[in-house]
Amino acid sequence: MQDHHHYDSDLLVILRHGPHGSSWLKEGLDAALVAAAFGRRVSLLFMGEGVTALMPCQKKGPLGQKGTAETLEMLEMYDIDSLLVEEQGLSCLGLSSDDLMLEVTSLSPPALARVFAEHRLVLTF
Amino acid sequence: MRYAILLMGAPYSDQASHSALRFAHALVARGHCLEAVFFYHDGVHNAARLAAPPQDEPHLVDAWAGLANEHRVALQVCIAAALRRGLLDEREAARHGKDGVSVQAPFELTGLGQLVDLGMRCDRLVTFGP
Repeated sequence: MQDHHHYDSDLLVILRHGPHGSSWLKEGLDAALVAAAFGRRVSLLFMGEGVTALMPCQKKGPLGQKGTAETLEMLEMYDIDSLLVEEQGLSCLGLSSDDLMLEVTSLSPPALARVFAEHRLVLTF
Repeated sequence: MRYAILLMGAPYSDQASHSALRFAHALVARGHCLEAVFFYHDGVHNAARLAAPPQDEPHLVDAWAGLANEHRVALQVCIAAALRRGLLDEREAARHGKDGVSVQAPFELTGLGQLVDLGMRCDRLVTFGP
């Protein structure tokens, strides 16, 4: 299915940052949740370092930050079930989709290009 | 075409704000409609009323206000991103017991729903960030 899926969401939110070190991931997820709460269909695409957001067993660390794992666990409640991951982002870090805390669809470069083309609105964080 | 801008870079830290402002003026000059600029992430600092850059540098906060007043562009600031960064309008300052106000019209504090709405309504939403 990985190369033939059709993405009919209104909005693609691209997440390119890890859970700590900046607020990009948190604020990107906030945008996705608000869009979903307003009834928009949202796809999430984790790219590059952003795939580390999906590493299991994350806790609220000693960094003074809330982290994002709890938010990711709530995605289903918001009907955000289109979770996409850049295949290359995973392999660069020696990971596979089986290592992640949620079920995702892993996308090859050509499949990524199609995802971009099929979304009218793309927000990149 | 109907445009909106999403700005996520802090003023004077990144090129993003300068580029977004120049793009905004170019849109208007070409006869397009710029509905709104939405400030999110560190972009909310563009709404800082108290910004006091040196006189030989562009005053970005005033420049946004000028754009809004001249061309009826809404300046929408994400309220959640703004509050945690110390950017409060009169109402929020009162609500949080703060004795200073750091955001004033034509900037308005608003929710992320507005950003989604702009993205859906406008022909183009163009993002500027670091």
